[in-house]
Amino acid sequence: MKIVVLVKQVPDTETNIKVGEKSINEAGVKWIISPYDEFAIEEGIRIREKSGGEVIAVSLGPDRAVEALRTAYAMGVDRAIHVKVDDYVTFDSTYTSELLANLIKAENADVVIGGRQSIDTDSSQVVVQIAERLNVPHVAMALKLEFDGKKVTATREIEGGTEVVETSAPLAVTAQKGLNEPRYPSLKGIMSAKKKPVDVKKPEELGATGSKLEVVSLEPPPPRIAGRKLEAADAQGFASQLVKALREEAKVI
Amino acid sequence: MADVLVVGELKNGELKKISKELTSAGRKIADAIGGKVHTVLITDNVDAFAGDLKAVGADAVIGANLGEFSPEGYANGIFAIIQEKKPAVVLMPHSAQGKEYSARVAIKANAGIVADAVGLSVDGGKVVAKKPIYSGKAYANFKVSSEIQMFTVRANSQEVTPKDGAGAVEKSGASAGEVRTKSISKDLSGGNKVQLADASIIVSGGRGIKGPENWPIIQDLADTLGAALGASRATVDAGWISHSHQVGQTGKTVSPNCYIACGISGAIQHLAGMGSSKYIVAINKDGDAPIFKVATYGVVADLFEVVPALTSEFKKVLG
Ligand SMILES: Cc1cc2nc3c(=O)[nH]c(=O)nc-3n(C[C@H](O)[C@H](O)[C@H](O)COP(=O)(O)OP(=O)(O)OC[C@H]3O[C@@H](n4cnc5c(N)ncnc54)[C@H](O)[C@@H]3O)c2cc1C
Repeated sequence: MKIVVLVKQVPDTETNIKVGEKSINEAGVKWIISPYDEFAIEEGIRIREKSGGEVIAVSLGPDRAVEALRTAYAMGVDRAIHVKVDDYVTFDSTYTSELLANLIKAENADVVIGGRQSIDTDSSQVVVQIAERLNVPHVAMALKLEFDGKKVTATREIEGGTEVVETSAPLAVTAQKGLNEPRYPSLKGIMSAKKKPVDVKKPEELGATGSKLEVVSLEPPPPRIAGRKLEAADAQGFASQLVKALREEAKVI
Repeated sequence: MADVLVVGELKNGELKKISKELTSAGRKIADAIGGKVHTVLITDNVDAFAGDLKAVGADAVIGANLGEFSPEGYANGIFAIIQEKKPAVVLMPHSAQGKEYSARVAIKANAGIVADAVGLSVDGGKVVAKKPIYSGKAYANFKVSSEIQMFTVRANSQEVTPKDGAGAVEKSGASAGEVRTKSISKDLSGGNKVQLADASIIVSGGRGIKGPENWPIIQDLADTLGAALGASRATVDAGWISHSHQVGQTGKTVSPNCYIACGISGAIQHLAGMGSSKYIVAINKDGDAPIFKVATYGVVADLFEVVPALTSEFKKVLG
């Protein structure tokens, strides 16, 4: 089985974000693999361990994205491809999905797995857009995946519960927390990952038609309604004050 | 054409509030760019909802009978309606279902899409969508440069404003077409309670509740308020509650009008999921807990005393 796992590099949640005019100021930002993509890498490796084949990690981004691919190597993927884009596309899901779908088409993958969303944009778009571009089915928010040849049985999260679905490869999958426990890269893995080749592809080679989004501006988060700590002698006092504040001041209950 | 097409959502045969929120937002956009608002509902019973949607500005309410939910089927059906109506702007809910079919619809329509928008305005005839990025640590404004501009919109982010539309009812012949993913079974054992994603009030518990046996204290308050039950990751990881209740970066992103955090410290990953709530109440013993930095109302006290008192106080006033 040929498995492509999508790996996006994002700022660590704890990192301080400084807003520039149209992009963030990257100085001092710590970069990590988007947490849901770790589930994707792990699942890719598990499928290969069961059914054989090859796992290819693909990351789209500027030069630093190679670090994410080294981590994927250290976890156990077989190949790594870096779609090197230096300009600012991190928000543009249709451009991203077009480049990636074109690459995956050429690779003829049986399964594409990505995270359910990347934690910088929270858009939940790219992987399902890739499925549409490749004209294949998808399973979003996967909690369990089983392959029986081309036949796929999956459990996925839906609103209020879970659903078991059946479909067939080739397909795209988005990983939800609970799909697996991602392994830690071994020291040996980390050492050998440094020497492994990373194939670099340029957008021109992948023939995308271009961006469909314009970043108008970035801004800091809106100021919160000023908060205050309530003062009361006992629980009853807090309760009556809170009820009053929520009903008469905030008018939300 | 400068029409706006809105896709609404039903739940257990009832109109979800997001349908009105998006129709109302669509009305404002259509008034600014000079067009009509078409609201699509996936149902064979569109007449039942037409009045509610007309009252918030729908010029046409379109019923499409696409059967049970499937992302491919919905995408096929909605795209067929887009081809027929040729809207300039399409608004879809950023709900569990909306996230899935919107991605396919955008590609079919060769449109750019901004997902999880919380603000919509119009500038120079184009929609400007605001969305939180980097876990709410920044906000970005986007315009979509393709012919059709698409957006998925977060629940509770748009106001519902009364405004009479024409409200003409149409039944679409669009079909679900080929669907390659078959639903075998569903487990909705958590199904009847209020869902986190579109709840307007959420009561959440953290490690401060001490153990799973104490959920009833939090649940009682939630039930009294008709609120959804949320949880921090610490309680999920400890096995006290299922992951479907987790709010935060690796749980659900929510934007209720009111978020009541009980015994939650307010770690950055938790704030990432609930930081855009309009009003935040924090009940925590530790006055230095980071949750107080975002709380509109802070109560520094023992939750085991305050939460039950709050429940009985609300029971009194809410009858
Ligand atoms: C990659 C990653 C992703 C994560 N994703 C999430 C996520 O999605 N959601 C999430 O919530 N966390 C997430 N976390 C975990 C997060 O960092 C915190 O560990 C977690 O939110 C803490 O949960 P808590 O506030 O319930 O527990 P604690 O931090 O232990 O806080 C408990 C609080 O309860 C208070 N308390 C105790 N007893 C009482 C009492 N009797 N009355 C009142 N107050 C009391 C304490 O003062 C304390 O502030 C993530 C972490 C990582 C690394």
